[in-house]
Amino acid sequence: MTSLLRPPPKSSPELDANWLRELLVIQKNTNMRHVISLLIENEAGALSRVSGLFSARGYNIESLTVAPTEDTSLSRMTIVTSGSDDVVEQITKQLNKLVEVVKVVDLSESAHIERELMLVKVRATGKDREEMKRMAEIFRGRIIDVTDASYVIELTGTQAKLDSFVGAIDSGLILETVRSGICGIGRGDRVLKV
Amino acid sequence: MVITGAEIVIRCLQEEKVDYLFGYPGGAVLYIYDELFKQDKVRHVLVRHEQAAIHAADGYARSTEKVGVALVTSGPGATNAVTGIATAYCDSIPLVIISGQVPSAAIGQDAFQEVDTVGITRPCVKHNFLVRDVRDIAETIKKAFYLAKTGRPGPVLVDIPKDITAQKCEFAYPETVSMRSYNPVVKGHHGQIKKALQLLLEAKRPMVYAGGGVVLGDAADKLTALVRKLGFPCTNTLMGLGAYPATDRQFVGMLGMHGNYEANMGMHYCDVLLAVGARFDDRVIGNPAHFSSEPRKIIHIDIDPSSISKRVKVDVPIVGDVGEVLGELLALLDNTAEKPEPQSLGVWWKQIEEWRRRDCLKFNQGEEGLIKPQFVVQKLWEVTGGDAFVTSDVGQHQMWAAQYYKFDKPRRWVNSGGLGTMGFGLPAAMGVQLAHPGSPVACITGEGSIQMNIQELSTCKQFRLPIKVILLNNGFLGMVRQWQELFHGNRYSESYMDALPDFSRLAEAYGHVGIKVDKPGDVEGALREAFKQKNDLVFMDFQVDPTENVYPMVKGGQGLTDMILSAEDL
Ligand SMILES: Cc1cc2nc3c(=O)[nH]c(=O)nc-3n(C[C@H](O)[C@H](O)[C@H](O)COP(=O)(O)OP(=O)(O)OC[C@H]3O[C@@H](n4cnc5c(N)ncnc54)[C@H](O)[C@@H]3O)c2cc1C
Ligand SMILES: Cc1ncc(C[n+]2csc(CCOP(=O)(O)OP(=O)(O)O)c2C)c(N)n1
Repeated sequence: MTSLLRPPPKSSPELDANWLRELLVIQKNTNMRHVISLLIENEAGALSRVSGLFSARGYNIESLTVAPTEDTSLSRMTIVTSGSDDVVEQITKQLNKLVEVVKVVDLSESAHIERELMLVKVRATGKDREEMKRMAEIFRGRIIDVTDASYVIELTGTQAKLDSFVGAIDSGLILETVRSGICGIGRGDRVLKV
Repeated sequence: MVITGAEIVIRCLQEEKVDYLFGYPGGAVLYIYDELFKQDKVRHVLVRHEQAAIHAADGYARSTEKVGVALVTSGPGATNAVTGIATAYCDSIPLVIISGQVPSAAIGQDAFQEVDTVGITRPCVKHNFLVRDVRDIAETIKKAFYLAKTGRPGPVLVDIPKDITAQKCEFAYPETVSMRSYNPVVKGHHGQIKKALQLLLEAKRPMVYAGGGVVLGDAADKLTALVRKLGFPCTNTLMGLGAYPATDRQFVGMLGMHGNYEANMGMHYCDVLLAVGARFDDRVIGNPAHFSSEPRKIIHIDIDPSSISKRVKVDVPIVGDVGEVLGELLALLDNTAEKPEPQSLGVWWKQIEEWRRRDCLKFNQGEEGLIKPQFVVQKLWEVTGGDAFVTSDVGQHQMWAAQYYKFDKPRRWVNSGGLGTMGFGLPAAMGVQLAHPGSPVACITGEGSIQMNIQELSTCKQFRLPIKVILLNNGFLGMVRQWQELFHGNRYSESYMDALPDFSRLAEAYGHVGIKVDKPGDVEGALREAFKQKNDLVFMDFQVDPTENVYPMVKGGQGLTDMILSAEDL
């Protein structure tokens, strides 16, 4: 009778190692970046339900942005996270499970646009003053505050563009940077609305 | 009519047909208690610790199809309730908890007895609310009940600042609730259900694995009908016990860490697995890599999409209510001439019977010597005709209760599976007994666990609850001792229970009947005597073998088929 079955596999160190590895993969997985966008009831505490979910379950948050939409009863969030397909599937399921969440989409599943805003305060004296102005122009940034020693440059673009601007200017001249985190929207007909 | 917030709270509970409210008063809920005093529809049960209020409401809910309700004050009242709330959350039990909060203007001022109750409970509730306006009370409570019992059930907390319970407004209880953000799926996808049926009909080595979801969804009848019609073997999780009659031949017992040999082997070697309202817990499937090493097709019915493909990838996911989905499966089965192929099913059953012959739950009770804990549970089952409500605490006694009390009906077995909360058993039994006056209710416990909420013996006296406490007293935190014996070289670090009280006399001091039993020959007589006492709580202190371990056992991280069946296997 037992011949019908394969002999019971004893757990081996190898299996255990696989299991451990799998666990580690699940916890640490950073292989795919996802941009998740959601609509949530604009109520006190809603943000902490989302951020609490990520920390409690050990999911990564690279950035999170939130603000009310044109319908002020709703807020829209964009969350940049990373994980394996399984993890991201759980993230979207868990987000959907939150009672105040109305809709969730993984924008990175298809064509979409991402934008981030950065404000950079740089030292602008002597020859650096002209150089900074030039760099801002090259990156299509705008200088929105001027003193005799500094500029504040406003720059919008993808994460990569902002990164390369920061990389392109002399790091010694950067006094301060602030970034908004990413806003995302689907291309074409894809609309996230109730 | 214009009434106060406190009266609105009580009127809402009346509208929800709440008969028992478990609670403990304090400053922030005084207006609510004042309104309770003025009416007699909602009966208040005064516990001796807020944790017990939540467990009692929880026991009430688990043993009925209703929502359990509790009321606590702000600050320490709320924090004491947290363990109870988390216990209910981990087992998906529908509760509504009303907590008092400091007055609105004092919130955030580090006021006396102020804690951020909504913040503290957020990770262990299905949802919670802070009411900011007296006009929102009725709608919020309506939503709380609706959220607690629909979809995947769970505890919902409503935090109400004191000033709001004193303010007045017009009262009208909403008839219906609709929330654009919350629409649980009830009906399963028809195409998926058809696919599932096809797989089941083609199965050669099928297995049905049913969990707490079948109990929560009140679908035990449908599950039983389906399993019988198909002629398949069926196993239950710890939370699912009673979802399929345990005395039926097709039942192969509980599975998992302390599951039956035949259940675990069947689970591992089946070629088609029908998982119903069960969530592939780590105490159930053991090492997931080992579990996946055997190819099989998995059908998974669950109302919560996040339970599906969380730990084990499934082939046919069906999101929906168990009752609905099983009903549809049954209807499809009725309308097809196809049947599972009898020959391979026969071969599979022969294999299962061979596994069953290992008789993995056998134990030796000598006529003399120490009482075996298993023997007490077996006798309890016999004496109560298998028809009692049984609550339990957490530890070895819990596993013996699950293994040796054969539950034929759902909602008879009440225990904390997900959180594993010691101290759950006695207060839960209070809720069960209030919900089923006149029915036998037993609380199986250990001398460690019972001391975590022993003060509730006083509540039992006040409300004349004739619970039968079955203490399997082994003088150890037995489950901890077992792990230390098996995995920590017999170093019994802090697992010996020293300075134990004389429990039977302690029970007597509370005004109950206490019995101490230390001979195997006295076990049955004592139980019979106890269950004859219809009006009294009887506390039975069984002095059991302190060295007994729970078998079978799958060690953490190992595969389901690597079972230690008895001490001889070590
Ligand atoms: C000391 C100790 C030892 C333990 N040993 C074991 C053991 O050996 N074996 C064992 O099985 N467990 C054991 N447990 C319990 C274990 O930890 C889990 O609590 C348990 O296995 C989970 O049971 P479940 O899968 O039935 O899920 P539950 O926690 O009961 O979850 C129910 C599932 O059903 C779903 N559901 C709810 N309502 C519906 C509905 N209407 N329709 C459809 N789906 C629905 C939910 O979404 C959820 O996925 C032990 C616990 C302790 C404390
Ligand atoms: C509140 C709480 N604290 C600690 C534990 C860890 N724990 C699990 S079982 C157990 C021992 C239980 O002892 P007892 O109630 O005497 O039961 P026995 O195992 O001896 O039957 C402990 C300490 C727990 N589950 N709950």
